[in-house]
Amino acid sequence: MIEFIKHPWHWAVAGVLIGLTVPTLLIIGNKKFGISSSLRHICAMCVPGKIPFFQYDWKKEIWNLFFVAGVLLGGVIATQLLSNPDTIVVADSTKESLSALGIKDFTNLMPADLFSFKNIFTLKGLFFFVTGGFLVGFGTRYAGGCTSGHAIMGLSTLQLPSLIATCCFMAGGFFSANVLLPFILKLF
Amino acid sequence: METKQSLEVRHQDAICTNEAEVQHPLWHNLKYLIVGVAFGIVFVKAEIISWFRIQEMFRLQSFFMYGVIGTAVVVGMLSVWLIKKYNIKTLSGESIKFETKTFNKGQIFGGLIFGVGWAITGACPGPLFAQIGSGFLVVGITFLSAVAGTWVYGYFREKLPH
Repeated sequence: MIEFIKHPWHWAVAGVLIGLTVPTLLIIGNKKFGISSSLRHICAMCVPGKIPFFQYDWKKEIWNLFFVAGVLLGGVIATQLLSNPDTIVVADSTKESLSALGIKDFTNLMPADLFSFKNIFTLKGLFFFVTGGFLVGFGTRYAGGCTSGHAIMGLSTLQLPSLIATCCFMAGGFFSANVLLPFILKLF
Repeated sequence: METKQSLEVRHQDAICTNEAEVQHPLWHNLKYLIVGVAFGIVFVKAEIISWFRIQEMFRLQSFFMYGVIGTAVVVGMLSVWLIKKYNIKTLSGESIKFETKTFNKGQIFGGLIFGVGWAITGACPGPLFAQIGSGFLVVGITFLSAVAGTWVYGYFREKLPH
């Protein structure tokens, strides 16, 4: 059984479990599934300044911080106790195009060529960690939600604004992965 | 007691603020931690947190992520439909309410900006936490930048088109 769990899970298994998070959170506490809000609660908790957008009672949303702490802990458990004995399988076509762009290491979930400490103070680090992270934080809040809040919770409740947001996420991603990233990677 | 203004601010640009009317002690929140743990395990075991999976998705070179998100949406829709149809209550007996989101241009501009960042970092906010937990500690910098991005949005919010 544990051997079975250790191997990478099928997309349908993951999809069903992620989908079930929606009714689980609703039933255990009337909570709407969403993750990017946690970033805002962290701002409201640590550095609210005098900014009106952060003047609210973040303690009322503390469930969301427990939830994301759980996600982090889940990452620890899955990696320490249930980790996959084999290396990740990446689609050949993706491997080929990324290799051409200088990504050589396909053994881990994250490419060591980019996501390693030695890149922190380089232009690579500035782009992939600092700029990338900034866009994620800025964009999700501007859009009013991320993949969980809009694409999953929003579409589950048939909200048109969430469909628009999801389409824009995808459009931004297509541009970024196919145009921007190849351009940037060639610079390094 | 929370003021009306504080409540309004809290609901701005947010999707997940449907709160329980019954007040519980703090340790009750551990149930959300447990759901989070399960969620994080799924993220890692299905390799959704992988930067490579996100590149495959945006390069249309693998069906995997479309399968995950598509299935999740179908299961979510079905669950919400059932909750509405049978008027299913929460564990503490409250009825579950859904609010209708209103459209604003932020969903377009913000959506495009987030999409660009998603392909760069290989992570939306959920996987960001799971990546750190998986030992990719350098993602902590991505996370701090995401907090900074959220803060800067808050700072300029009134000046941005909505």
